[in-house]
Amino acid sequence: MKHKLSRFAIPYVVWMALFVVAPILLVVVYAFSSANGGFTLANFARMRTYTVVFTRSFKLAIIATAVCLLIGYPVSYMMSREGERFQRVAMVLIMLPMWMNFLLRTYSWMSILENNGLLNQFFQHIGLISLYNQIAARFAADPAAYVPITHFQMIGTPGAVVLGMVYNYLPFMILPIYSVIIKLDASLIEAARDLGASTVQVFRRVILPLSLPGVLSGITMVFVPSVSTFAISKMLGGGTEMLLGDLIEQQFLGGAYNPQLGAAISLVMMVIVVVCMVVMNRFGEGEEQAVML
Amino acid sequence: MKKVTALTLACLIAASLLLSGCSVRRDDTTAAGTNSSGSTKRVVNVCSWGEYIDEDLIDRFEEETGITVNYQTAESNEALYSLLKTGAGDYDVIVPSDYMIARLISEDMLAELNYDNIPNYALIDEQYKGLNFDPDNKYTVPYTWGTLGIIYNTSMVDEEITSWDAMFDSKYAGSVLMIRNSRDALAAALLDLGYSLNTTDEEEIRQAYALLSDAKSKGVYQGFVMDEVFQKMEGGNAAIAMYYAGDYLTMLENNEDLAFVIPEEGSNWFVDAMCVLKNAQHKEEAEAWINFIASTEANLANMDYIWYASPNAEALAEYPAYYEETYGEELDMGLYEIMAAPQEVLDRCEIYENLPAPVLTLYNDLWTELGI
Amino acid sequence: MKRKGTFLSRLFMALVFVFLYAPIALLIIFSFNAGSSNTVWKGFSLDWYGKLFHNRLIMQSVYTTLLVSLLATVIATVAGTFAAIGFYAMRRRVRQPLMTVNNIPMMNADIVTGVSLCLFFVAVFNGWHGFAVWFNQAQRLFILEENLHLGFGTLLIAHIGFNIPYVILSVGPKLRQMDKNLVDAAQDLGCTWMQAFRKVILPEIMPGIVSGALTAFTMSIDDFVISYFTAGSSASTLAMTIYGMTKKRVSPQINAISTLLFLTVLILLAIVNLREARQERLSARRAG
Repeated sequence: MKHKLSRFAIPYVVWMALFVVAPILLVVVYAFSSANGGFTLANFARMRTYTVVFTRSFKLAIIATAVCLLIGYPVSYMMSREGERFQRVAMVLIMLPMWMNFLLRTYSWMSILENNGLLNQFFQHIGLISLYNQIAARFAADPAAYVPITHFQMIGTPGAVVLGMVYNYLPFMILPIYSVIIKLDASLIEAARDLGASTVQVFRRVILPLSLPGVLSGITMVFVPSVSTFAISKMLGGGTEMLLGDLIEQQFLGGAYNPQLGAAISLVMMVIVVVCMVVMNRFGEGEEQAVML
Repeated sequence: MKKVTALTLACLIAASLLLSGCSVRRDDTTAAGTNSSGSTKRVVNVCSWGEYIDEDLIDRFEEETGITVNYQTAESNEALYSLLKTGAGDYDVIVPSDYMIARLISEDMLAELNYDNIPNYALIDEQYKGLNFDPDNKYTVPYTWGTLGIIYNTSMVDEEITSWDAMFDSKYAGSVLMIRNSRDALAAALLDLGYSLNTTDEEEIRQAYALLSDAKSKGVYQGFVMDEVFQKMEGGNAAIAMYYAGDYLTMLENNEDLAFVIPEEGSNWFVDAMCVLKNAQHKEEAEAWINFIASTEANLANMDYIWYASPNAEALAEYPAYYEETYGEELDMGLYEIMAAPQEVLDRCEIYENLPAPVLTLYNDLWTELGI
Repeated sequence: MKRKGTFLSRLFMALVFVFLYAPIALLIIFSFNAGSSNTVWKGFSLDWYGKLFHNRLIMQSVYTTLLVSLLATVIATVAGTFAAIGFYAMRRRVRQPLMTVNNIPMMNADIVTGVSLCLFFVAVFNGWHGFAVWFNQAQRLFILEENLHLGFGTLLIAHIGFNIPYVILSVGPKLRQMDKNLVDAAQDLGCTWMQAFRKVILPEIMPGIVSGALTAFTMSIDDFVISYFTAGSSASTLAMTIYGMTKKRVSPQINAISTLLFLTVLILLAIVNLREARQERLSARRAG
């Protein structure tokens, strides 16, 4: 009986062959072709020029992921210790922003971080900017020549890009961690406590190791979109600090048409990400779980 | 055996999805239609630039002809080219600039127009016909023309800017907006170095690139922008930018402190013209649209809205009177001359030529590298 | 485990929620701004809402977004459920590699998925073009469309494609939790396999299907990158329209549409939660 049911998967297997495997193979083919169709390695030879972009993208994505983890883990843990009703409301509140497209949310940050934006207006209002000017003028090598600033430069900086990533992908960190923590067997914790473990010990020895799968899938779900984003860096980064996503987008739909190079960059990025994930999942004994929701 | 049937079934489903999807799309574009009088709804897909049309014209055209306009915008000539090449852009009419038109013609991507369907073509000034990008007048109907220059905020910049130097000067670090398309950005650098903006000399182009990337690494640029420039300059979020004369006049309406200059080293003057793509599905509708836009009335409305000079001689000459009639005040001739640069200014400017393929590749590569 | 959180942990969570909601609150506030700025308040007005409803581009893209998300969710939920059952019934040796392929769209960066699909569709269309030209010349009975373009169809396929894995991911565990003997027992009692599926399997995995559908819908609504590469120029989702607008002068109509979306979602969620809570209370009373 059971094996008859396996026929149910056949259409989807065909679908995957068509719309998952074939397109990726096509990327591979493109990556190894020249503009007029022959085989070439030139696209990869050029990759060295873009090392800076690779390192920048990975650096920003790692920072964003770390910040997400530092905020997301405590939030998940604290949430799991609250009452049921609180938990339900909190979950909804974390999901809710995702239902507004992330571009809407990023766009809102644009008007907050702008040089004449709300945050700078606020700083101006509470006197932070003039305070900064006074202090900076005192410590400047030549106080007379010190040019007072009128605003803090926030938009167009890597910090703004990281902020955008953290803001947009934080729910992706909280949800898997929370869903693992909440499923932890309460009797395990009780047992640990009965055996004389302190709260800190319970957390370190029991909860933390057991929630690792959630952490790992959270890290993946934040890191991958962060390392490949192009909308966030374009909107909040001002386009001066290009990320991998920008580089790829530019080769396909942007101002420097070169799909072969774009495919090669995509391929390299894909391979690096996969390697990272495999190595990381080694630590967390590859469970195919940690579902969100 | 059963597996084979299931497999073919699955293939069929996938294929029908692909095809039905496409027909759904066609329904979708026509679904936007407003009237249902005709038996088949007529559509034209137009791709232009942002802030580049008086949108009332679209409604007026739809009312007059019953053709639904699917109006889209691309960011720059280079981005438009990518859209066309990747197959992501499914347009009938496009409005590229001179050098891109030449490139599209050389790659056989444009359709020859039937000028019998475009009687208003006669209204276009001879000066904008037979230019180097379309010497035999087979593919294009000019849409606008104008100049490229530097826009700066006089409340943020103390001196009068006269040179392209300003775009590369670390004095203005953090408050300069560089344009986000390779042709214009490199033109500024080439001109600043005293070279022609149409140079094919690799050494000169590399020097220009070095100037740009040096300025970038010194933090001169707050950002690389196209139409984001409106908000940034109007809101006083940046002090200096290079952009097009017409757009400067639009910004001026929202921020009086802005000034425009065509630098002493010269600049680019351009013609943007309407063309029909070779694989266009609605050629007849496309020509109807082009004819409508080429009319004096449409040119006046457009000029009043987007502040780009019209190639329609009648419209250009009539505009000051039209302005006075509409707003009840005289048009400042200084503004008029920024919009429609007089001959002595144009003499300092050069029109872009299409570059040979190796140089285009160089532009592409350098531009990608600059982003790094 | 169920101890009330301390004041500090509450404060921390409150700060996180402020961080999450402050930008949204600002969007909403400035949708009622009389001026066109997002930073300077010029008085209350509903102008932008009026303009929004007359903006064909935005309304059309809202429609496209909802349509593609709903269709993709429905199709992906059905297809994903069947696929999950099929996977469940497979031998481990067969299932493992298939699950790996299934995980690709989830693990892969969106931009790679988008780019690969874009290349694939265009390649298929080019092949199709050659075939259709030949076919139309060879006979006169059927006229095949020669030029296919990226559009709503490809957008839908892409959305279905990245939704199915999420459905499988949430249905799969429910299947594994199910008592393996249930299906056999049903068949022993004379059920056909279709009946066994409908009466035994489906009710058991329903919660997984629902949460899978919900995830799929969320992913569809939130997606920008894959749509951007697969929708072409004729179909535009709201995200694509917004992206296009942020490159130009942004109109507070975007704030207005954000506000409306937010309110809709809020109301929907409130209804769902109230109903759930009431049902729980009812069942609790019945049990008590």
